[in-house]
Amino acid sequence: MAFVVRKRREPLPWWGSCLVFLGAVAVALAVGGALLSFQGKPAWRGMGILLGSPVGSVWALEDCVLKAIPLFLCALGVGLSFRMAVWNIGAEGQFALGAVGATGVALTWGATLPAWVLLPLMAIAAMVAGGLWAMIAAALRVWCGANETIVTLMLNYIGILVLEFLVFGPWKDPASFGFPMTAEFAPAALVPALPGTRIHWGVVLCLVVGVLLSWVLRASRAGFEIAVCGQNPAAARYARIPYAAWVAVVLVAGGALAGLAGFLEVSAALGRLQPSIMTGYGYTAIVVAWLSGLRSGSVAVVALFLAALRVGLESLQLDLQVPAAFGTMVEGTMLLMVLVGGFWTRYQIVRRQA
Amino acid sequence: MTAEMLLPVLAAAVQAGTPIFYATVGEILMERAGILNLGVEGAMLLGALAGFWMSMATGSPWLGLAAAAGAGAAACLLHGVVCTYALANQVVSGLALTILATGLANFLGTPYVGLAAPGFDPMPIPGLREIPVLGPVLFSQDVLVYFSYALPVAATVGLSRTRWGLRLRAAGESPTACRAAGLSVARLRLGACLVGGMLIGVGGAYLSLAFTHLWTNGVTAGRGWIAVALVIFAFWRPGRAMVGAYLFGGVMAFQLRLQAAGTAVPSSLLLMLPYVLTIVVLAVSSRWGRFFGAPAALGINPEPSE
Repeated sequence: MAFVVRKRREPLPWWGSCLVFLGAVAVALAVGGALLSFQGKPAWRGMGILLGSPVGSVWALEDCVLKAIPLFLCALGVGLSFRMAVWNIGAEGQFALGAVGATGVALTWGATLPAWVLLPLMAIAAMVAGGLWAMIAAALRVWCGANETIVTLMLNYIGILVLEFLVFGPWKDPASFGFPMTAEFAPAALVPALPGTRIHWGVVLCLVVGVLLSWVLRASRAGFEIAVCGQNPAAARYARIPYAAWVAVVLVAGGALAGLAGFLEVSAALGRLQPSIMTGYGYTAIVVAWLSGLRSGSVAVVALFLAALRVGLESLQLDLQVPAAFGTMVEGTMLLMVLVGGFWTRYQIVRRQA
Repeated sequence: MTAEMLLPVLAAAVQAGTPIFYATVGEILMERAGILNLGVEGAMLLGALAGFWMSMATGSPWLGLAAAAGAGAAACLLHGVVCTYALANQVVSGLALTILATGLANFLGTPYVGLAAPGFDPMPIPGLREIPVLGPVLFSQDVLVYFSYALPVAATVGLSRTRWGLRLRAAGESPTACRAAGLSVARLRLGACLVGGMLIGVGGAYLSLAFTHLWTNGVTAGRGWIAVALVIFAFWRPGRAMVGAYLFGGVMAFQLRLQAAGTAVPSSLLLMLPYVLTIVVLAVSSRWGRFFGAPAALGINPEPSE
């Protein structure tokens, strides 16, 4: 009896992707648990902490939402370019530049401008800084044909070093006892929390951006042209759709979104710029974007889920002294397993007809 | 700058370039077979850890080297299997491998941070070391550097003069023609992953067994990505990769020396140099390289045939 691989006429609908996602999570957790017990740590207890602690208290739930905000914004930006098979993996660096841009505004005008002018100004500065950072990759891709994957990744390293240069040098707070950090922001430069919670107004911003972006992608001419460019660049060029321009647009827009996330993180979560702001949201965002199947609604769900894993990981670090790299490993395994599972949604294995 | 000052920098350039060189040749083999591997950074780091761990456990750097080659090959084979059998997007699978393998290496490596293992020390070659300039620069290195001198010839001859090399390139240029000739594209591509992955793993082990004898988390520090960029710079040719790798080694060595000399330039700006250079080199060679294209089926998985 022989079997052959055959392409499905229609890829499996949403439930197929859901099953693949759950399967990938299960495999990743199993691998994680096996590694924990390999290091002589209680695997079942570890998994309990990882999954239980994020939903164990209101405080932890708030943490999940707070961490999901930057993940959501970065993943929207990354996913936007993935739709066009443009591989922007530079959210980490764009996030850093966004934080730098917002900090520049906060340190310059923090004492003089009122919050309702200052905060929008910080947001714009962050988006411009993140967007310009991505523009480097866009320009090199469009004019030189330079591979945007490598350029955006290199810009991650450089962007983080720019941030470090500033907080170790010109922006260092003289009163910080030598620690690399800027002075605390003025109260007007802090994004306030929603009444009665620790969650800041950035979550509302996410909602607005998410709805707006999914409308643009679904119902506007721009969304249509991006979709055509992504599915068939040759057809797009034939239809006089400016392919190169859209490449630049999705890269720069992704940079602006990651920059916005950097602004929210530095202003709402930390209140000052310091190297610890870089916790790899930009890399996790790649996982979020692909796991969500590039649908805006699912991005929110997956961002919340991976944020919860990060919260769980923090407890795991405290309780069982598990290194932070454990989370990276689990995320990578999930992504790889989703890729493997994607085979099943697109292909089927059938018995060869005699 | 006098010769006495320049020679140590050149020697350091060769040393710093060697791990990148190994990884670049490994990536060239894979890309020539049609597998785009963005997991070099991860596979290299895993190789570095496996080599260090084995050398520390057994006391033999040679066993460490073998373990590193095995780990690199295993990582790249994982990517190869996901691409050839599960027909997954090669870009995303490579990224997944990097995320997975860096996480795994830093997770497993954390208990060993700062520990030392026996490694490879410089072994000047008697006779050759006396040659002016070339002696101190090329022939006063460790044994892994000497091995790497054979790589361009071996890889070039292997790819252009052997049956396996020609078939491997066919899998990267035209999988359909390859299949029509009765060859298994999957097997050829996985073979490239195996050999390429071993080289990438050895490149990683160079960092933990020869460059330093210590374990540091994230010891590769972007060298795997530089290797991916160098493949394009080298127009997929192993000989040119050597030039590129030493160029990068030179910048890294120069930057370290400036830091050690206590220059007024902040270290964060110096550390940017190799990454900025990568972007410049990539932009320039992409502009020229349109005439020396990539393998035609690079990154493309052939659809399963009935």
